[in-house]
Amino acid sequence: MPQSSIKDYLHESQLFLGRVIVSGMLVILLLGILIGRLFYLQVENHDHFTTLSQDNRVKLEPLPPTRGLIFDRHGTILAQNLPAYSLEIIPEKAGDPDAVIRQLGEIIDIDEEDIIRFRRLRKQYRRFDSIPIRVRLKDEEVARIAVNRHRFSGVDVEATLLRDYPQAMHTAHLLGYVGRIDERELQIIDTSNYSGTSFIGKNGVEKSYESLLHGKVGLQQVEVNAKGRVLRVLESHPPQPGSNLRLFLDMALQSIALEALGEYNGAVAAIDIQTGGVLTLVSKPGFDPNLFVEGISAKAYEALEKSLDNPLFNRAIRGQYPPGSTVKPFIGLAGLEYDVVGYHQETYCPGYYQLPGKEHKYRDWKKWGHGEVSMERAIVESCDVYYYGLARTLGIDRLHEFLSGFGFGQPTKVDLDGEMAGLMPSRHWKQRKRREPWYPGETLIVGIGQGYFLATPLQLASATATLANQGRHIRPRVVAGIEQADGSLQESPMIVDELHQFDPEHWNQIINAMALVVEGPRGTARSIRSNAYRIAGKTGTAQVFSVKQDEEYDEETIAKRKRDHALFIAFAPVENPRIAIAVVVENGGHGGSVAAPIAKKVMDRYLLGENPGTTSDAG
Amino acid sequence: MRAKPHLSLHESQPAQASGLLAWLHIDLPLLSSLLLLAGIGLAILYSASDKEMVLLQRQLLRLGFGFMAMLALAQIHPDNIRRWSPWLYGIGILMLFAVILFGESGKGAQRWLDLGIIRFQPSEMFKLILPMLIAWFLAEHRLPPTPSRMVAAGLFTLIPVLLIAKQPDLGTALLVGTGGAFALFLAGISWRLISATGLGMAALGPVAWYFMHEYQRQRVLTFLTPESDPLGTGYHIIQSKIAIGSGGISGKGWLNGTQSHLEFLPERHTDFIFAVISEEFGLVGIMALLSLYLFIIMRGLYIATQAQDTFGRILAGSLSLVFFVYLFVNAGMVTGLLPVVGVPLPLISYGGTSLVTILASFGMLMSIHTHKKLLPT
Repeated sequence: MPQSSIKDYLHESQLFLGRVIVSGMLVILLLGILIGRLFYLQVENHDHFTTLSQDNRVKLEPLPPTRGLIFDRHGTILAQNLPAYSLEIIPEKAGDPDAVIRQLGEIIDIDEEDIIRFRRLRKQYRRFDSIPIRVRLKDEEVARIAVNRHRFSGVDVEATLLRDYPQAMHTAHLLGYVGRIDERELQIIDTSNYSGTSFIGKNGVEKSYESLLHGKVGLQQVEVNAKGRVLRVLESHPPQPGSNLRLFLDMALQSIALEALGEYNGAVAAIDIQTGGVLTLVSKPGFDPNLFVEGISAKAYEALEKSLDNPLFNRAIRGQYPPGSTVKPFIGLAGLEYDVVGYHQETYCPGYYQLPGKEHKYRDWKKWGHGEVSMERAIVESCDVYYYGLARTLGIDRLHEFLSGFGFGQPTKVDLDGEMAGLMPSRHWKQRKRREPWYPGETLIVGIGQGYFLATPLQLASATATLANQGRHIRPRVVAGIEQADGSLQESPMIVDELHQFDPEHWNQIINAMALVVEGPRGTARSIRSNAYRIAGKTGTAQVFSVKQDEEYDEETIAKRKRDHALFIAFAPVENPRIAIAVVVENGGHGGSVAAPIAKKVMDRYLLGENPGTTSDAG
Repeated sequence: MRAKPHLSLHESQPAQASGLLAWLHIDLPLLSSLLLLAGIGLAILYSASDKEMVLLQRQLLRLGFGFMAMLALAQIHPDNIRRWSPWLYGIGILMLFAVILFGESGKGAQRWLDLGIIRFQPSEMFKLILPMLIAWFLAEHRLPPTPSRMVAAGLFTLIPVLLIAKQPDLGTALLVGTGGAFALFLAGISWRLISATGLGMAALGPVAWYFMHEYQRQRVLTFLTPESDPLGTGYHIIQSKIAIGSGGISGKGWLNGTQSHLEFLPERHTDFIFAVISEEFGLVGIMALLSLYLFIIMRGLYIATQAQDTFGRILAGSLSLVFFVYLFVNAGMVTGLLPVVGVPLPLISYGGTSLVTILASFGMLMSIHTHKKLLPT
């Protein structure tokens, strides 16, 4: 037994030793595989995993640029960025946002509009985005939220820069406004340059100069933890702020023009003749653009949209009015240039005009007629019959060619978005649009700026400036240039076409006739005659409502909205023209009595300064 | 014999120390390497828990308890351990049934048994009990074991493994199962049987799949294609691979691991602490750590070869190998070689029960190594 037990023992221990050696080798083999794996991860793919690790912890955060400011020609601020506190909710963290809003409503005022806006934005944004529930918090409200801050999660007061238009209503149409970027805009913008920015120019200068005003986004690399909380800034590329723009606009003129329109709706456009700079561009009624910055409430928007006065409509560049008699100087010039009529050549005006063999009477505004009229008198007293005849002699083709040269029927290409082209009718146009031939009678009413003929107030001002410049056409522009850091101005380019190389004598004759409109004893705008400087102008009346044949025209019986539009174009001073202006007063009646005084006030301010004193004569 | 402790007091300093160690039945290489490992573990835990002192204190307490258990077990004679083995096994199996019947749930699985004073996991104890039982069972007779005894030993293994897997605790079942399997392997079962069992296991794969819980299946699927679910279950593996890979050769430095400190790595102070070490100390650091583990395993296997009886050999050998399985399964899962099965990195991962079990197993190793009868010559 002992013998065998020792033998067994030796055998067992040898067997066991073998197994232990195998196990030890297995251990080393498996550890070798493990080390191989570690080598693969840590040496061969080290760069790959380092990148992934960096991606994990380093996030790029956009630093949105500050939007450029907008000034008028004298440095008055028109658009700025004001710090504002808004109360924002992150729906993902807030739990039940509706309950949170209810609780917040006990601390600060949250009205229905705020909730509606919040719900609308919530649909557009992602769950983890911060969405404003209240904007422009007062200091007291910020304090009250701070005290109750601990009660809410996912709710924070954010300090942001909000666009502010200190001139509000006065510059609404010209500047436009910024608003939250919508889905359509998201398709066209460079989204990386807009990361961190929620506002974009929607209208006016804000829209046409969006890329300059916006600037370039900056970036900063931040280290974040797994929850996305920023721990520190690793690297920062500051944003390039948007450019500050200086406009040609003179805020004083703008306010005067708006005030001068008084009760009426209408538009005033004034241009600096030497540069094409837009000095005034008023459309009345206006609206408060500040309402649009944080999203206008649906109710307020509907009120603006549905108003019969159409306050959102920019009449100055989108309003298309029959130019009426204001086209007479241009057509007169055409007559002289095409040599179909002499300046002093007289025509008899019986108070109406008839095409040969036709019954229809084309009426003059003066029922009993002007008698014998030369071109000068036809302009000064605005004789229609003279122009029916002249238009007929010239024919629609020559009228179209000549007036197009002054920019009628085509956009002025002013640096604003949404400009309308107006309409300078032609045979071709009528065939294309109406599938009808041109009738001779239609030529006659083009001669007095009616019928299909339409022009925008800015077009009229631009054409007047071209006339004052004796054919030198300068494209109107709103922005004078970009303000540089050193205070100098990087000017916007002046685009000039020298198209009208006409006989200087003809220019002088037409300008003389226009001066007599103001200065002559029978001039239709003699009420605005000034002793301080000489004005050349032309009144106009645009029919909104056509008076039937043989019907008495009675202003009193026609409802206010159907009353004629009053127009006036002018430039001054006559000898050395500096300002060209066009005024359209909707339903204003007569150009001479309503529109001309508005133009006078603007020109007075521009040419005489703040205190015109006794030099002007109200007449 | 009774005078021995007194005698040793009067000896010279080194001799006195070795005498004290011998009196306490301590194996110095094992103790010092375990202490070193535990120390390293605490330093890493300090970083992985983002300097959470409370966590560190609790871990220190557990380590203290674990080392006490080790010391205590080292005092028990292997013969006594062997005698208790069948009884402990029987009680353990009853407890496993109790867990299934009355156990408390934690993280979607029933693992805990509340005995009023202490809550503990009986399944954890089987990491020790099963090798003990197999070693006891096979040491009764001559080795290699007869086929019928092998079948019996296989059944002894299968019963607790299935009960634990049912809780369900795949990680522990795996460790317990390998413990039994190693005991059988060391006992000298034939290679033919080993390969046959291997093939059988492979065939059982689909069957096992059928019995798996949904979350276990999900873990396997996630393991195969972790990128398919980067925000869900695959997140663990992806983030741990990033942590390890970005560590490179020399690592990001202690306390500088971005993956762990910025909280991208989940379970960074428990099951995934291996990734934290790889990130902060790089390939060099992790190789040094693996060397320390290797030393402990090899010391364990050496103790097994030096054991005087079959019971001691098999028990010491299989406990050492189970320790290795801990290491390999954890490191394998964190590096993406193996599925995620919730096995901690021994002595480093934060967590209680397994730490105590592991140190207790080394207590038994020390007991086997230090209680030797003089062989009759």
